[in-house]
Amino acid sequence: MKTIEEIFNLLKEKFGDAIIELVSNRPVESFIVIAPLEIDKVCLFLRDNEELSFDNLMILSGVDDANGKNVPDEDGGTKIEGGTVSVYYHLESTKFRNKIALKVSALRENPEVNSVESVWRHADWHEREAYDMIGIKFLNHPDLRRILMPYDWEAGYPLRKDYKNPEFYQGMKVPY
Amino acid sequence: MGLLDKQFATDSIVVTKVDDLLNWARLSSLWQMGFGLACCAIEMMATSASHYDFDRFGVIPRPSPRQSDVIIISGTVTLKMALRIKRLYEQMPDPKYVISMGSCSNCGGPYWEHGYHVLKGVDRVIPVDVYVPGCPPRPEALLEGLLKLQEKIRNESLVKKSA
Repeated sequence: MKTIEEIFNLLKEKFGDAIIELVSNRPVESFIVIAPLEIDKVCLFLRDNEELSFDNLMILSGVDDANGKNVPDEDGGTKIEGGTVSVYYHLESTKFRNKIALKVSALRENPEVNSVESVWRHADWHEREAYDMIGIKFLNHPDLRRILMPYDWEAGYPLRKDYKNPEFYQGMKVPY
Repeated sequence: MGLLDKQFATDSIVVTKVDDLLNWARLSSLWQMGFGLACCAIEMMATSASHYDFDRFGVIPRPSPRQSDVIIISGTVTLKMALRIKRLYEQMPDPKYVISMGSCSNCGGPYWEHGYHVLKGVDRVIPVDVYVPGCPPRPEALLEGLLKLQEKIRNESLVKKSA
């Protein structure tokens, strides 16, 4: 079983600049930060390398980092400009009983991340949820549409920190 | 249930009003639509099961809205589901009744403030006859709600009101 430092060095050697950093000063487990447009290749390598064999994507979650600037918007509230949104990948190797976490960050205005649906089939719905809630666009995803909210929801992405709920949806009043 | 008590004058003759007879028939066989939404549906299923036995009040689940008399909104009504509920309600034949079960379908429940996806009360899309409070209501509470609905039906009248 390889430690995350060994995996980081292995990836750094193979992918170079696509592997950005190893973050380990957090109260949670360490994770490796990867460039958003290289994540699918890195994941394919992590899955198929015989010494790593990360065959299971335990969860893929979208996060609004809310690290941009708070600026006033037209109707008296505030919105966030700039900054990033992130996707975390928690991988497991059922063969070696090993787990690691990966992270990619993309610009908040138009976040584009490569899909890992072709690597793990079950990433499909996880990515649709991250798209539905945070608005991350997964490139090369076969069926990227909303999964929880109604298909015709036009008010934006509900788990963004500056999200505002609409007054009405399909003639129904939404606020209490 | 005093409808038939001591009203037999002779054998095989019942003296009653048409209203009473029809209301009695109607309230004694309230077929509910077989569908549930959230955790309240678990309590509703417990009410249908042998211990509480909804069937003794004539309530049996029907698989189609076209054969149902009552729809029990048992759980959180999301905005996405609200449109479907409205359509199902409209597919039910008259006379039709609605029991709103639990805080979520009464008023939004715990989602009243931050629930971006929750309709704050099913009465915003369909008319409700009986509200059953609770989170979720115990089967006894749902039974009480049903008895309230039966009471309401018992007092209905088919007679055309004259002004």
